[in-house]
This record gives sequence, structure tokens and C-alpha cells, in this order.
Amino acid sequence: METKILICMGTSGISAGAEDVARIFEQELKHHKLADKCKIIKTGDRGLFRDVLVDIISPELGRIVYEYIKSEDVSKIVESHLLRGEPVGELQAKGDYEQFFSSQMRIVLSNCGEIDPEDIDDYIAHSGYQTLKNLFGRTGDKVIEEVKNSGLKGRGGAGFLTGLKWHFAKIAESDEKYVICNADEGDPGAFMDRSVLEGDPHSVIEGMIIAGYAIGASAGYIYCRAEYPLAIKRLNKAILQARERTYLGKNIQNSNFSFDINIKEGAGAFVCGEETALIASIEGRRGMPKPRPPFPAQEGLWGKPTLINNVETFANVRHIIAKGAEWFSGIGSENSKGTKVFALAGKVKNTGLVEVPMGTTIRQLIYGPGGGMVNKNIGFKGVQIGGPSGGCLPESLLDTPIDFESITKTGAIMGSGGMVVMDKLTCMVDIAKFFLNFTVAESCGKCVPCRVGLKRMLEVLEDITEGKGRQEHIKFLQEMSVTIKDTALCGLGNTAPNPVLTTMRYFLDEYKIHIAEKACPSHVCLELLKFEVINDKCAKCGKCFGVCPVGAIDWKKKEYAKINKEKCIKCKACINACPFMAIE
Amino acid sequence: MKLDLSDTKKIIQQYRNKKGVLIPLLQDIQAVYGYVPKEAIDLIAKELSFYPVEIYGVLTFYTQFYLNPRGEHIIKVCQGTACHVMGGKEILDYLSDKLGISEGETTKDGVFSLERVACLGCCGMAPVVKIDNDFYGRCTVGELDELVKKYKSKKVR
Repeated sequence: METKILICMGTSGISAGAEDVARIFEQELKHHKLADKCKIIKTGDRGLFRDVLVDIISPELGRIVYEYIKSEDVSKIVESHLLRGEPVGELQAKGDYEQFFSSQMRIVLSNCGEIDPEDIDDYIAHSGYQTLKNLFGRTGDKVIEEVKNSGLKGRGGAGFLTGLKWHFAKIAESDEKYVICNADEGDPGAFMDRSVLEGDPHSVIEGMIIAGYAIGASAGYIYCRAEYPLAIKRLNKAILQARERTYLGKNIQNSNFSFDINIKEGAGAFVCGEETALIASIEGRRGMPKPRPPFPAQEGLWGKPTLINNVETFANVRHIIAKGAEWFSGIGSENSKGTKVFALAGKVKNTGLVEVPMGTTIRQLIYGPGGGMVNKNIGFKGVQIGGPSGGCLPESLLDTPIDFESITKTGAIMGSGGMVVMDKLTCMVDIAKFFLNFTVAESCGKCVPCRVGLKRMLEVLEDITEGKGRQEHIKFLQEMSVTIKDTALCGLGNTAPNPVLTTMRYFLDEYKIHIAEKACPSHVCLELLKFEVINDKCAKCGKCFGVCPVGAIDWKKKEYAKINKEKCIKCKACINACPFMAIE
Repeated sequence: MKLDLSDTKKIIQQYRNKKGVLIPLLQDIQAVYGYVPKEAIDLIAKELSFYPVEIYGVLTFYTQFYLNPRGEHIIKVCQGTACHVMGGKEILDYLSDKLGISEGETTKDGVFSLERVACLGCCGMAPVVKIDNDFYGRCTVGELDELVKKYKSKKVR
């Protein structure tokens, strides 16, 4: 067996210099005449952000993981590990790495960071396209039955039963049907779809082909965000390779089933994640939603029955068909089956992609794979789940199990899986304002509640964060939220008030302090800040001094820091850098 | 100076008699010119039987399209949730001050355009700045001067 060198080359790996690392590995291997014995495999991101991750798998030493690798480390690794058989201890991944991965259950992500996404043979060697090969002995109805029985729910956010959706598309009668993969991952704070597409594109393609066979479609589209150029490049390559091997195209694997996939690049509109808007966009129009019914399964793309599922949903399919509904429904909680991938980010130690069984609690996620808070002094305040449609949950709800029902009860939604951890330096009024800013900008403008109502809410939040808040604003926000939820046309508007409602439900005090005392207890809202050091809290560490870009901070060892207000440009670098919240 | 429309003509040919072409067609046009020029819009309307207003409707709906030329280097500052929590707003404000332009504008010398982006999907490295095709993760306000300087002397297009 030859030695394998895995280098993580997703968007994150590449931004940290993975291409240089790979190039120098190639040079070094050649130089030491090891090129025949070692194979470099350029994988997608594995999910943990450790700049460049490099794994070496050899028969003698097993698997050794190196983290934060820079191009200048490569020759050392080659000489020590590959030539002398001595791993380079100081570059090896530390305990955090183990903690991050050991508590996960990887089904959707099983290949991410393990295989070369640009090489179909590597996918096939990891049982890829096996499910598809064994598919044609079964009828489409049998396949749908299996998906139904598995209990899989759509991973895009709403949590509709996937099998049922397939069933509706199947029974709709038409000469042509379509399968669409929704890869318009627009939620700020979410990146699981990008990582799956970059790290294991064939798994999504295989899922789509299975869906096409089940419902009787012959054409598919992947609607992918234009902000994901690497994902689009790898998908294009994967589709070409799949066609060459007759997994896509006419008479797939000599069967009488034909199916092909094209990529449609989005053009930057969050609302296009909504099914009917997405269809309008593929048809080349403004991506504006329309009332349902008719649902896309009855009347979708070009008026034909259309099945739309999310990336993660499709990536689950081949596993369900291969291992059976019983296996899948054995994972997870009573009403939410299988696993869910979360994009864990914000103020936790380990940020990245985490896949856990449904029913895992939020606390287990943050303090298990997440490794807890970055700065223990400042401490946990809340966690944002579900993006602009979701909500912020406080510490008292950390033991909520993550499944569709439990999360919905809290006022947030499961959403696509963004999970942003916030510490006491995060202002909840500001976060509500942040999300409304986003939804106001992304509202398509078709219905009045969303177009006008959200804008009015945003104006009130701006007033509150600028010290112009009034008592009656709280009641206004509550009433307006309910009205918009009840009357907006599509999911964007229906859920847009959620961030406001949840922050008011769990962090109402913060609103009250902003209004009554004209102060921001989290030191975020610029107009309410004084830019003064509180000596009682200052530990004289000088961190603020180090980060100030304009030299406005006076500080000497063992002395309190002082801000020179004439020089200060209010960039808040000092406030964000202070580990003790000593600057107000 | 009159705009050379030969590329536009070539692109239109590729999309003739196909359905749902408007968005990919405009994306191709923008890839050539860096924006979608008015002259190109008029030509598409004429050749493919669109009303110009349909094309403007699409162009102004999607954030990806630009109706005016942009700077030589495009600085995109991520304003996703994770970046917001980690100080992305401060990064955007600092760059805006430093370059003397608001988001969505281009410096007078045409070197930089400053844009906000809703999420680059690299939340694990927040806050993130993307300049042209390069990503910079875990940015701090202190690094920005150096970064701007580096690109100022770098010619691309």
C-alpha cells in the first residue's frame, strides 16, 4: 500500500495557503524520489478550521494529522515523517482536534476531507455510485417508500417530509418532470452546503439521480450561489466525469433510464432560496415568490412538476437507499431522524462543520465539538440558530434537543443549520437590527407586509440602538412582528420577525436598558459608547494598546490604559480586543 | 469612445433560441466588461426580443449585476452573522474611512471598489475580507492598511 498525503483544499484551506503547501509537497516528493511511493490527495475541507490540515496515512505509522501547516513546514515533514519514519510532534493536531471529531456522527460529511472531490474514481472507491447501480431492480415507488419510511425531513429549513414530497412529484402526471437541487445557501452564518459541494459533489449528484429515477424525471438543475465559485467548478467537473462513466446522460448504466444535470448559477438574491422564487430565477426572471398552491410538485419549472430538495437532503439519499430506512430511522430523535450538519461559528473555540444525530442538545454541541467559549472571562450569552428566519436562544435553553419540533417550540427554527455562538460582547438589540437589515435588503418587494413592515421595524430598532428609543417601541415591535408573520406572502417574510421576537422574549432587559438608560450593556451600539477605560475592570494587559490602528491609546506596563479621545476614530478595535470588557 | 460590442454579439449568438437564458447571458456579458453596459442591454433587447425594462428588472433585482464600471480591485467585506459578531462591521467602517468611499462606491482613481457581501460562507474564519479572488480570514483592523497597500501596487485587469 502506498502512503497517502491528504491536503484539505476547500475554500478555507486554499485561503490559508493550501495550494502552496501542495505544490511544495510535490516538489519535495520529487526531490527525494518519493513520488512513486506517496500519493497526494487534494480533498475538500474536513470541517474544522485549522488553516491547512495535512494527514499522512502510511502502513507503518497509520494516520497522523498535522494542523496549521505552512509551506515552510513541508520539508521538515517530508524528511522526518516520510524519510525517517518519525512524525513531527510539534506540528501534530492537538487535543481539540480529537474533541471536535470524536463526538460527531458523519454520514453526509463522511467523504468530506477524505476523498479527492475532482476524481470520480476516489468517490467510487468509497462506495460511490454503488447505490445507483443497484437501483434499477426496484420500482420508483419502492424507492419512494424507502425514503418515506426513513423519516428523512428536508434539510433546507422547513423540515417537510422528503418521501412525501417525492410522492407528490411522482403522482403528478406530465410528459416532463424536473429535479432541482437548492444550493442557494444564502443564510448568513451557514456553510454546510458549500462544504459538501466542494468536498463531495458526487454524493449530491447521486442523490439527485436517485430522485429523478424515483419520480420519473429526466432533467435536473443545481441552483448554486454565484458566491461559491469553487463549488461550481467542482460540480461542473463532477458532472462531466459522471457523464463519461454513464452515471449521467442517456441510458444510465445501460438501463432505460436517462437523466442529466445542468448547473444554474444564482446571481445574488437571498429570496431565491424560496422554491417558487428559485424557479422564477432559473427561468431567467426576477426571483419573486408566488402564492402556493399550486406547489412546485404539481406545477413548477416551466409549468411542469418539479421536485426541489436541499443539498444536504440529497446527500443523505444514497445512504438511506443503500442501508435501508430502518438503519436511518434508528438514528436521531422520535420525530426527527438521522443526523444534521451544523455550521458552528462565532465565539467558540472550534469553529467548523459538525454533524451530530438529531436530538443532541445545543449544549453538547457547543461544549463538545465546539470546545466551549473562546474567552471564559466574557462568557456565553446566546446562540443564534436558523439565520435570518431563526432566533437567539439564551443559556437557560441550552439543553434543548436539536430536532425540528423542539427548536420550533423555542421560537427559533431549525433552518439550514447555521449556529452562531455569541458572548456577552454581543448586543441582542444590535443582532435583531442586523438581521432586519439583511431581510429588508433582501425583501423582493412584492408584498406590502414584508416590504414596508420590516422597514418600519428596522427604523425603530435603529432608533433604539442610537439612544432615541421610546417606551412604546416595544409594543410596536411586538404587534408589527405578529402582523408580518401572519400576512407576508412567502417564507422570507413569515419568518423575518423571528430574530426580533426571540430577542425580545429572552433578552427583553437589553431592550429596556437601551431605551431607559440610553446605554448598551454589551458595549456594541456605537452611539451609546463613551470610549472610556473602566479602571476597576482594566487588568493593565495592554491588548487594546496593541490593536489600536491610530495610536490613540496611552499605556505602559503595569499602568491603566487611557484613550485619547482626540485621536480615537471609534473603530472599536480596543473594545473587541479587551478580554475583560473594560472599555465602555 | 464607442464601446466594442463584438463580444456581446458573440455571446448573444450562443444563447439564441434557448429558454431561460437572460441571467447566464448577462453573467457572461459582465464577465467581459466588468459590468453590464447600456449599449449591451439595448443590443440584447433588439436581438432576442426582450423589452429593455425586462432586462433592467433582472439586472436591478440581483446584487451580482452592476450597471457602472467598477474598480480595478474589488474589496468585499463579509457581513454575515459570524463576521458581524466577530467585528466585520468595524472592518467595513474602517475601510470606508480609509478609502474615503461608502460601500458600493469606487475610489476616484478607479483602483478600489468597496462592497459588502451578505455571507461568503467561510464563517469559521470570521471576520473575512475578500479582495479579488483572495480570502483573508480572522482579519483585524490593524492589518487593513498593509492589505490595502499591497493591492494598490498590484495591477490585474
